[in-house]
Amino acid sequence: MNMTTDMAMNIITDLFAYEFMTNAFIAAGIVAVMSGLTGYFLVMRGQTFAGHALSHIGFAGATGAGLIGLAPLWGLVGFTVAAGVVMGLLSDRLSNRDIAIGVVLSLALGFGLLFLHYYTAFATQATALLFGNVLAVDRAMIATLAALGLLTLLGLGAIMRPLIFASLQPELAEAKGVPLRFVSTAFLAIVALAVAACAQIVGVLLVFTLMVGPPAAAQRIVTGLWSGLALSAALALTEAWLGIIIAFHTDWPVSFCIALLSALGYFVALSWPVPAQHAHSH
Amino acid sequence: MNAVELDRVSLRIGGRTVLSDVSFAVRTGEFIGVLGPNGAGKTTLMRAILGLLAPASGTVRVFGRAPERGDPAIGYLPQLRTVQPDLRVRGFDFIASSLHGHRWGLPSHSADDRDAIEATLDAVSARDLAARPLSDMSGGERQRLLLAQALIGSPKLLLLDEPLISLDARHQEVAIDVVRKVCRERGITVLFSAHELNQLLGTLDRVLYLGNKQAVLGTVDEVVTAPVLSRLYGTEIDVVRAGGHIFVMSRGCDVERLDHGHEHDHGHGHEHHH
Repeated sequence: MNMTTDMAMNIITDLFAYEFMTNAFIAAGIVAVMSGLTGYFLVMRGQTFAGHALSHIGFAGATGAGLIGLAPLWGLVGFTVAAGVVMGLLSDRLSNRDIAIGVVLSLALGFGLLFLHYYTAFATQATALLFGNVLAVDRAMIATLAALGLLTLLGLGAIMRPLIFASLQPELAEAKGVPLRFVSTAFLAIVALAVAACAQIVGVLLVFTLMVGPPAAAQRIVTGLWSGLALSAALALTEAWLGIIIAFHTDWPVSFCIALLSALGYFVALSWPVPAQHAHSH
Repeated sequence: MNAVELDRVSLRIGGRTVLSDVSFAVRTGEFIGVLGPNGAGKTTLMRAILGLLAPASGTVRVFGRAPERGDPAIGYLPQLRTVQPDLRVRGFDFIASSLHGHRWGLPSHSADDRDAIEATLDAVSARDLAARPLSDMSGGERQRLLLAQALIGSPKLLLLDEPLISLDARHQEVAIDVVRKVCRERGITVLFSAHELNQLLGTLDRVLYLGNKQAVLGTVDEVVTAPVLSRLYGTEIDVVRAGGHIFVMSRGCDVERLDHGHEHDHGHGHEHHH
């Protein structure tokens, strides 16, 4: 065996010598795929900011759950899904959406802080919530993430066709009988599940790294629907796994490494040579 | 049979009456230019015909039946407002998304769907748009793509809501020519809303002029007159004919141009949200 493959083998056996590393890879894999797929539609619909806000609202839910003795994950899921549904139902009326969402997400972070203030024992977990802690994932969490992932995929699969139609051409979709409000509400509920799962890996502050970076890059590089979805999921998966490997060998925080790769992927995609096809028609 | 028939119809949005006690009948195969100031109810009228807005009173009939949401006999081209400028979706996928787009489940299209998409693109000479992303298309190309989409499934009635907005003069001519050619060939009834009457003069059969909660349908000579338009605009209007063109003036200003400038401002303000 030559030296490079030998080294590569060592790197890989080193990685999986610890159970927490295996767990981290499995959990990050599940979450990356669901984030990459869900995020693709978030980017297509121009609702990335809403996804960001959902994660902040989830922070209040997680700390609130801790305060009353529930598992933070369920507080996270409960709050994000409820907020997603409310956002979906109000979407027509929030004409100045960015500002309204911004105000609500600040308020949610504020509440998160308040709950932490009253439940000091929980404070040590605050960093994990905000920035993620994939290395602390256990088997039970993997099962939960897998269930959330499955639910997300089934939901997306069920609404995908009208979701795409409603995202690209809302007026026409409405005229053709697509229930716009139901579709957007169902979609935001699905996003909420993905956000809750994503926050377990990279934290509520960094869900953009898996939910927006990879799909945005994928949409720059390919224009097909299925190829875009596949590339988005593949990029998210690569960035998540590579992030863990880099973190393992450098001792940098995993979330930092993933955030770095996500940004790198996006900016490389931005400068991706687009075939010059600006032929002006008649 | 009449393609579209309104009998004493009032349309209301959020407590505001947009059209009040309006009656008219569009015959099958007619090309109708829908004109009138901003906010006169052009889009609202189309939404009523599509079955998206129930009349507060009166009856709307489309080919003799009550309007039905998702009616395959109607092709619709909404105002180009919400298409995101940087959307990197191919023309083909864009049109494909609208085929059976109301069904649940995963998107897929059959060989028949594929043929239908290619045929409709051919009808507006836009086959090359199938493979190109929307973000790379000019305004004229996008509009042509939307027109191709509206024609899919052989509709008998075409509702075109301001299809000329955001096109330069040359592309406007081309768009009108394409619509005229396809619709004459297929005997499609067209409601074509626009700001400028003059470009449509050679194409339209009759004019539907909206304003002041009223609507008047008739030939250009019947409708575009000082007394009728003064009533619809609610102000003193002069109609000046010169060199085959018609200018609708209010206190010495061309009202169509005034409207146009306003609409552009609006369009830009809207884009900033995206």
